[in-house]
Amino acid sequence: MRNAYLRTIKRMGSRKINIIDLFTGMLGESKNISIKKKSKTVKSNGLKTIKKFEVKKLEILDINGNCNKKLMPKLSKEEIKKLYEFMILSRVFDEKALNLQRQGRLGVYASMRGQEASIIGSAYALKKDDWIFPCFRENGALILRGYPMHQLFMYWGGDERGMQVPNNVNSFPISIAVGTQTLHAVGAAYANQYMNKKVANIVYFGDGGTSEGDFHEAMNLAGTFKLPVVFFCQNNQYAISVPRSMQTASETIAQKAIAYGFNGIQVDGNDVFAVYKAAKEALDNARNGKGPTLIESYTYRLGDHTTSDDAKKYRNEKELNEWLKKDPIARLEKYMRKNKISNAVYEKKVLENSSRQVDLAVKEYESTPLQNPEEIFNYMYSELTPELKEQQEEMLKNLKEENES
Amino acid sequence: MANLNIVDAINLGLKQEMQKDKRVVIFGEDVGKDGGVFRVTDGLQKLYGIKRVFDTPLCESGIVGMAIGMSAFGLRPVAEIQFEGFSYPALDQLITHASRIRNRSRGRFSCPLVIRCPWGGGVKALEHHSEAPETYYIHTPGLKVVIPSTPYDAKGLIVSAIRDENPVIFFEPKKVYRAIKEEVPEKEYTIPIGKAKIAKEGSDVSVITYGSSVRDCLKVAETLQDKYNLEVIDLRTLSPLDTDSIINSVKKTGRAVIVHEAQKTLGLGAEIIARINEKALLSLEAPVERVTGYDIIVPLPKREDLNRPTEKRIIKAIEKVMNF
Repeated sequence: MRNAYLRTIKRMGSRKINIIDLFTGMLGESKNISIKKKSKTVKSNGLKTIKKFEVKKLEILDINGNCNKKLMPKLSKEEIKKLYEFMILSRVFDEKALNLQRQGRLGVYASMRGQEASIIGSAYALKKDDWIFPCFRENGALILRGYPMHQLFMYWGGDERGMQVPNNVNSFPISIAVGTQTLHAVGAAYANQYMNKKVANIVYFGDGGTSEGDFHEAMNLAGTFKLPVVFFCQNNQYAISVPRSMQTASETIAQKAIAYGFNGIQVDGNDVFAVYKAAKEALDNARNGKGPTLIESYTYRLGDHTTSDDAKKYRNEKELNEWLKKDPIARLEKYMRKNKISNAVYEKKVLENSSRQVDLAVKEYESTPLQNPEEIFNYMYSELTPELKEQQEEMLKNLKEENES
Repeated sequence: MANLNIVDAINLGLKQEMQKDKRVVIFGEDVGKDGGVFRVTDGLQKLYGIKRVFDTPLCESGIVGMAIGMSAFGLRPVAEIQFEGFSYPALDQLITHASRIRNRSRGRFSCPLVIRCPWGGGVKALEHHSEAPETYYIHTPGLKVVIPSTPYDAKGLIVSAIRDENPVIFFEPKKVYRAIKEEVPEKEYTIPIGKAKIAKEGSDVSVITYGSSVRDCLKVAETLQDKYNLEVIDLRTLSPLDTDSIINSVKKTGRAVIVHEAQKTLGLGAEIIARINEKALLSLEAPVERVTGYDIIVPLPKREDLNRPTEKRIIKAIEKVMNF
């Protein structure tokens, strides 16, 4: 049974990762659902083997809604409902955003469809004082953390005020520049640790982000200083059009942690229980001074990269259909029905409730007046410099003259 | 009061700020045990421990990116980039994030960080160790760029830079690191960022400069003292630029020469001329002259001087504006 769920990953033809003590140890302990280092020296071909590593994958909930009870994290029925409700809310938000964009009521938008388990499962594992460093595909995580949805619509609608993170939400602003935000999480982790705050810091990025230099510098710094950071890679298989196989020769992204001296694990990113469990453990480790973890959440972007993209150009339908069968919401729904946590009435109610919330947010977003023109100058520095003051006045004068003529 | 050079003056400023403010943390390559390759942070790790003064792996982008996170989360990081010619990997973090976090978050977050960086040529070093890349930073909205030229100013400015609520690039002219000594008060004081200094008052021509060229311009003023009375302006802060001091001086003298090591095209001189045109054109008795590095890669030591704004070149430019 265990073999079926906790597999060492062997892929890409004959190239295999060294495997030792494959299924030893108790599951659920951090050292066992992570890369395991063995320092025993073994002689082979006259050379000493001085290190061997293995990479593990965590899967709990299958596509039919069956779950491995041994691996199942502690979650009450209410908590499972919460996970489900936020996943639905994320999907409804997403669909609304895509519709608004098509109607010209929103700007470019990056859909999270298909990645709801990955996003919600990881964010749900956070404690209130923990910090997240999102890239641009984690709207659901922000919503879960209490980020007002109308502000997210404002942001995606092209209004900077949308990214004025409310004081009660522990999130850094969205980073559009791929992979660069990993370093900010490292710096924040240093600061938090320095001030004896027992908080974890999770940073999100995609498979493409792992090719950026900053990702490697961040991993190296986090490992060197043993910082409380969780590197959460949403491996959704594509960086716009470039497939994961062309991003790196590494067989997994999880194994990249080995080189930096800390634990890496791959999880089924469409399995909300697996994501939650791996994230919770990594975050607990971070808070408890056990250093960083890399989590590769193996998932799939069911939509286009953004509304400016057409994935049909580089992905085939067969592949898409295969992944549609693995939909994270469908399998959770099956599990909940089987275990009498939900029924059709409940599901309908959740959907209606989500739609109502999202509609209200759209209303608030669309009734927000434009920011005042002078605002575009006001956040360059803590105070306007003399030159900026002059330029601001010039702009306002020009606007006034244009309005008068 | 002690007779200090620039290295010692910055060291003293750092030490006093660390003593006063626990949020101040110093890090970078070789800044800990070694005290920095120029010894600017010498002795600080011993005084304040490795949590507050620490060596990092070699990763300029990482150092600056980490400083962004640290500053946004309540620390006052003072990071060192070992040489200006190695600052380019970190440009992305500065342009993409440090300068923008305040704007991006509409003031929820800010980056009160300092990047210290030995700057400029004239020290007979390897490639990448003698550059003047300030334009990249000046051109980036959201950053402040500071460059002291004397020990007294260096101490006062490093303190201001640490206390500033914005990201500050703090260039240290390595040619004069140890070449100038002056009395530097032990007592706490600050030099305001954004204010130029009249290094020498005069009436005939405004020589506008910064960094190690200040010393060269002052020497020229001395050489020419029987002929012309030069006014030498040490900008001290390159962004935000103290336009008022420049304009007031040019209105008084009617002539200007701008001196800097950086390349001519789009160097700070170009902007200064534009501002003079906007605000003091009718006061000019002669076109403004520039003495700058050429638009070339800084030559290796044997021919480096050909590219430098030497005293001879400065004198030539002054003669030109005086005899227009």
